Amino acid sequence: MTQDTPRAFRPPSWTLWLPLALFVLFVGGVAISLMLPKSTDINSQMIGKPLPAFSLRAAADGRPGLSTSDFAQGKPRLLNIFASWCIPCGVESPVLAELQRQGAPIDGIAIRDHTADLNAFLAKNGNPYQRIGADDVSAVQLAIGSSGVPETFVIDGKGIIRYQHIGEIRPEEVPLMLAKLKEAES
Amino acid sequence: MLAELGLAMLWLAAALAGLQLVAGSLALTKNGEGMAGIVRPVAVVQGVLAAAAFLALIWLFVQTDTSVKLVAENSHSAKPLIYKIAGTWGNHEGSMLLWVTVMGLAGGFVAAVERRLPERTMLATLAGQAFVSLGFYAFLLFASNPFQRLNPAPMEGNGLNPLLQDPGLAFHPPTLYLGYVGLSIAFSFAIGALVTREVGPAFARAMRPWVLGAWIFLTLGITAGSYWAYYMLGWGGWWFWDPVENASLMPWLAATALLHSASVLAARNALRAWTVMLGVVAFSMSMIGTFLVRSGILTSVHAFAVDPKRGGFILALLAINIGAALVLFALRAGTVTEGERFEVTSREASLVFNNIMLTSILGIVLLGTLYPLVTEAMGVKVSVGPPYFTPMSAVFAVPMLVVLAIGPLLRWRHDRFKRVSMVLAAPLAVTVIAAIAFAISGVTSIMSLIALSLAPGLAVASLLPLRGRNLRRAPLSLWGMVIAHLGLAVSLFGMGADAAFTTERLIAARVGESVDVGPWKVRLGAIQPVAGPNWTALEADLVASYDGAAPDHLTPQSRTFWAPPQTTSVSALHTRWNGQLYTVLGEETHDASSKAMPTGRWQLRLWWKPFVPMIWLGGVLVALGGLLALLSRVRQDLKRRTVRARGDVRRGDREEREAA
Repeated sequence: MTQDTPRAFRPPSWTLWLPLALFVLFVGGVAISLMLPKSTDINSQMIGKPLPAFSLRAAADGRPGLSTSDFAQGKPRLLNIFASWCIPCGVESPVLAELQRQGAPIDGIAIRDHTADLNAFLAKNGNPYQRIGADDVSAVQLAIGSSGVPETFVIDGKGIIRYQHIGEIRPEEVPLMLAKLKEAES
Repeated sequence: MLAELGLAMLWLAAALAGLQLVAGSLALTKNGEGMAGIVRPVAVVQGVLAAAAFLALIWLFVQTDTSVKLVAENSHSAKPLIYKIAGTWGNHEGSMLLWVTVMGLAGGFVAAVERRLPERTMLATLAGQAFVSLGFYAFLLFASNPFQRLNPAPMEGNGLNPLLQDPGLAFHPPTLYLGYVGLSIAFSFAIGALVTREVGPAFARAMRPWVLGAWIFLTLGITAGSYWAYYMLGWGGWWFWDPVENASLMPWLAATALLHSASVLAARNALRAWTVMLGVVAFSMSMIGTFLVRSGILTSVHAFAVDPKRGGFILALLAINIGAALVLFALRAGTVTEGERFEVTSREASLVFNNIMLTSILGIVLLGTLYPLVTEAMGVKVSVGPPYFTPMSAVFAVPMLVVLAIGPLLRWRHDRFKRVSMVLAAPLAVTVIAAIAFAISGVTSIMSLIALSLAPGLAVASLLPLRGRNLRRAPLSLWGMVIAHLGLAVSLFGMGADAAFTTERLIAARVGESVDVGPWKVRLGAIQPVAGPNWTALEADLVASYDGAAPDHLTPQSRTFWAPPQTTSVSALHTRWNGQLYTVLGEETHDASSKAMPTGRWQLRLWWKPFVPMIWLGGVLVALGGLLALLSRVRQDLKRRTVRARGDVRRGDREEREAA
């Protein structure tokens, strides 16, 4: 409780320009980000991190199962998450075959699948996979940050996840995937 | 034909806005005084024309005239009439037309009835309003013409986003728009006052009813939007700090601060520059919010009509309008700063404190909304959500609520704290008792505990200004303040209760199975198909009984629209005095081993939310308080005007007598 009459607050005159300065900063900032190309990719939190440890039994006849130790052997590989009950996966099969033809090593993880169903699927659509692991409860799928099928990861020669492709790989994206594989060699 | 007529009216309205700007500016100069007479009528006609163009667009939607591109893209002949109408503003072009319509009508309304301001300030205000409007007319006419034709016309339209097919949402955007475009009046008043340097109590009294009106709509719009998100999106929350929500909250915070500082200016002739500044900021926040939502610069669950080119256009508008206003402010505010003085313990000081806290929260929200932009420019994608916003805004909201309890009891200019401290014992006691009671009953979260104990104390404190008064004689504006503050306490209690007491169950149930959620026992009675005008749905019959009482039926749906094809869940709610049971029907689960085999189990999400409706009840009370205050202002004005008119007659009589 002060008894003396307080002075009305009078800001120094330069402060009157402060709102304008802040506003100019705002306009400049958003103008720049408006000009930046808009990326629509969802970047997995796992990119740049090593594959989580897993060991999966063989999912189909004629192909071994899959574990973390199959990666990190010096050469980058593709890891395709798929399932026989997934319709886009069937559409994707010829594209994977094309990638394999061009020298891309591909492993698969089959999500919540049955051996019989999977055998029929591979017989019908072709089998580009070197190994196929069975992920019966989606545990590995969730651990590597995949939320649906199909998805394809590029794993480099040290077992580090370098790229995540969500959805099927379309024919025109074959060069992109090969480029990502090449990139992962460095 | 109607589309061309609508477009012509829009062009004409834009031309009149140009005339209004030129005439209004010339009238302020020495040689242009002759122009003064036309400014008001032009403003009125401009508003009417904009509204007519908007009505034309509504009519095109009602007829589902698919030769108009906008109608073809957003409507469908099978839609219920109300959603055909709502489709008019459920898209970018239509909502921009609604924007200029509200701006035009608000300007016209001011021009027609506002007589308190000095005429020169009024002219500058109307010129300012026209200046801002012109930019938006240009935006509509050059970048987003709502009347564009489509050739050949398609047989059928695309439909409306099913999420928007809800009566609440049909009227939510116009309400919100009346709010934040209505703030353009405050902006123009601020410009007018800066141009003529007439910032004083008269200015504040003239501006206050317009701000109040916009603020009431804004409050209702936000409340309705929050309730809509709560029951429509099926996630059981009531506020998500989504950029679109923030876009409406920021102007509300600024307008709330403006209302209070305008009271100080009106009553005590203090806070002059600050009030003008808030007038500029409030509408700027509306525009910035619109820009952030529409430019696609921020990702949001309901950012629609996203287009970077349009974003650039709105940004240019922003830069010109807000930039010009801020330059004017910087040049002129120095001459209007000094006002009346006051002490630390005074009504003014408490309102200054409220203003500082409100603007701080505004800053927090703006920063949090923009932060993802900053980090994205640096290559990192982040989303800022409730963990940032809720505690950060609470840091400023809690002290503000405490001062809100004290401030209305203080006298203007200078008071002694001792005088009010006795009175404050009651709310303080209530707060402490509530805190102890809730802590004992097991509320562990500090935030909930603060909200739940502060709310009852605040409720008591907000009634204290009525103490010792004849309740029938108490002025309407006092009732308005009491009810608005009480509403805030009610909302606060609802928020705290929702966070502290909600019980959730997520289960996969077979028909006939029962599940407990809180005091409720809910049985899945049946699953049956139902059909609506443009959708089909699966509907669950939930038989819910509260604590063994007679059961109620709830029917949540999983609804599929066919134009465009999309599935949404329609929640079902049962409201009791002490809370809400909230139910959502999900999909039928499928067997883990073979995906095609349905298991006969249905996903059900159930919440028991004690006292949650108080959140929106409080919002409505806040708006009601605003309405009472507005009525009181309008009544006072009318009275003053009649008195003045009578005075004029008497003076006229005297002059006649003297002449004789």
